Amino acid sequence: MRVLSCIKQVAVLGEEVEIDPGGRDVDPDYLERSLNEWDACALEEALRIVEAVGDRAENEVVAVTAGDEESEEALRRCLAMGADRAKRVELDPGSSGPSDPLTVAKALARAIEGESADLVLCGVQSSDSVQAATGTMLAELLGLARTAVVTKVSLDPAAGKAMAHRELEGGLIDVVEVDLPALLTIQTGINEPRYATLRAIKQANLKEIEVLAGPSESAGAFRVRRMFVPDKGASAELLGSDPAEVAKRVSEIITARLS
Amino acid sequence: MSGVLVVAEHLQGKLRDVTRELVTAARELGGPVSVVVIAREPRPLAEGANLEGVDEVLAVSAGRDEFENDVYQAVLEGIVAEKSPEAVLAGFTVSSMGYAPALAAKLGTSFASDVFALAREGEALVATRAFYGSKVHAELELPTKPGTPAVVLLRPTVWAPAEGAGQAVITETTVDVGPSRARHLEFVEAPVSDVDITTADFLLSIGRGIGERENVERFARLAEKMGATLSVSRPLVDAGWMPSARQVGQSGKTVKPKVYLALGISGAVQHLAGMKSSGTIIAVNTDPEAAIFGVAQYGAVLDVFELAGELEKLY
Ligand SMILES: Cc1cc2nc3c(=O)[nH]c(=O)nc-3n(C[C@H](O)[C@H](O)[C@H](O)COP(=O)(O)OP(=O)(O)OC[C@H]3O[C@@H](n4cnc5c(N)ncnc54)[C@H](O)[C@@H]3O)c2cc1C
Repeated sequence: MRVLSCIKQVAVLGEEVEIDPGGRDVDPDYLERSLNEWDACALEEALRIVEAVGDRAENEVVAVTAGDEESEEALRRCLAMGADRAKRVELDPGSSGPSDPLTVAKALARAIEGESADLVLCGVQSSDSVQAATGTMLAELLGLARTAVVTKVSLDPAAGKAMAHRELEGGLIDVVEVDLPALLTIQTGINEPRYATLRAIKQANLKEIEVLAGPSESAGAFRVRRMFVPDKGASAELLGSDPAEVAKRVSEIITARLS
Repeated sequence: MSGVLVVAEHLQGKLRDVTRELVTAARELGGPVSVVVIAREPRPLAEGANLEGVDEVLAVSAGRDEFENDVYQAVLEGIVAEKSPEAVLAGFTVSSMGYAPALAAKLGTSFASDVFALAREGEALVATRAFYGSKVHAELELPTKPGTPAVVLLRPTVWAPAEGAGQAVITETTVDVGPSRARHLEFVEAPVSDVDITTADFLLSIGRGIGERENVERFARLAEKMGATLSVSRPLVDAGWMPSARQVGQSGKTVKPKVYLALGISGAVQHLAGMKSSGTIIAVNTDPEAAIFGVAQYGAVLDVFELAGELEKLY
């Protein structure tokens, strides 16, 4: 069995914001990067599924990303967690703004076509863009059955099926039977991603990451026209920075509102 | 110009609120508004979707009571080919996440999700949405033309729900979409619990900002002393620190207490979905740019442990 796991090195904005001179993204100096939370859960699930099958020589997890060279750091973390191989498709939106999900899905598809995957797992969304679209677009490009926002999965490879729990609004679970091969987008809470040991991290740094050229230029799903820091407008009245004073004000507000 | 197609969302025989909001958004864009209802017996739902400002309701009988990705995608592909709408609007919901991006990829159309403002500009739509923890906003250009409509998923509870009965023509059709590759089997309700955070007047709500599992107990005690009910953001439930009955947000409970005190919660869109209509929101967070301050009436840029220390003295 081969499970492909798509991951993203997300960008996290700190406590200060500066828009790039091009006006279509945040200045990269203000962004820190890390493995997307949802993708860590997807990779963990991929590892558990393959480990449950047994023999790791015949069964593998392949981590795939579409991004710039820096995003290999996230792939290395996946290798350290236990992925057998890693592939990166070159994708660098430069200063044209955050990538649209179709462009990313097309790039990922290049790395997955030809792998004859039994299962492809993506995170539900990336924490920096919250589009919740890349996985479902990728499923379409690959012609796979799909289910989005999955909190539980069990495979029955012999029957060519999987059972998935799709978590709806309010926590209602929709139990779905999916034909294999399939693409599932994984929701947090499905598992607790493992930590990598120091030894595994060192070994991961020695592994080769296969790099593929990005897809040829084609129309994406949108064009970022302008990015801006929203007008704070009617935002919160600040209660100060002295803890004792804040506590007193908080307590007064609560008393007034509850009476 | 060939109008806007709204995809009605329904669950267990009821139209979901977001459908009415989509109708309002479609009317604002201008042009004929069609609503499509996909079900086994769509007629009663179609009558509910006949809201003021709707020109046509397409009641599509597709042999399934409940949502399935492949069914929605196939039906919508057919309608887009036949009616050539300029825009397809659906809610930014779990179900839409399963078919709408695929529809856009298949038809090669423009797409945007979690959109909270939408306007027409010549041949394109301009959608506004957030990036990077909702700390910045961006305007996205979505080219449209009949046959390749913009597929846009709108954030729930932004547009006012359409009210009043409409005078739409209800067109009934039956579509044979064949077997789905992902089939609905059954629903499992969230486990019942003896805490009900939806009826509390005062919620003290903690998020990942409390750091470690060991700290949960401290805030639980503080809540008790203050006469508050303890609620949490999703990561605390994911980590198994708290039962899901205490989770506020899109996949948890929608709450509307008189006071919502948010401690160490960033204000992700799915969290705000469950608490933004609270009476008074007080937010405490070390990050002055945290999105939670955007919905709070009162805020303090402060470490939650320092605040807890002082509150413990007062109560
Ligand atoms: C389909 C779907 C459904 C979802 N449903 C829900 C839902 O129902 N409810 C929900 O909550 N989430 C939900 N989420 C998850 C959501 O996207 C966020 O990941 C989550 O809300 C983040 O929780 P948080 O604010 O506690 O954590 P974070 O975003 O990590 O924020 C922690 C905050 O604490 C602050 N902080 C850190 N240390 C301190 C300190 N010492 N003092 C003060 N502040 C501090 C930080 O500045 C930060 O702002 C859902 C996601 C998806 C995809």
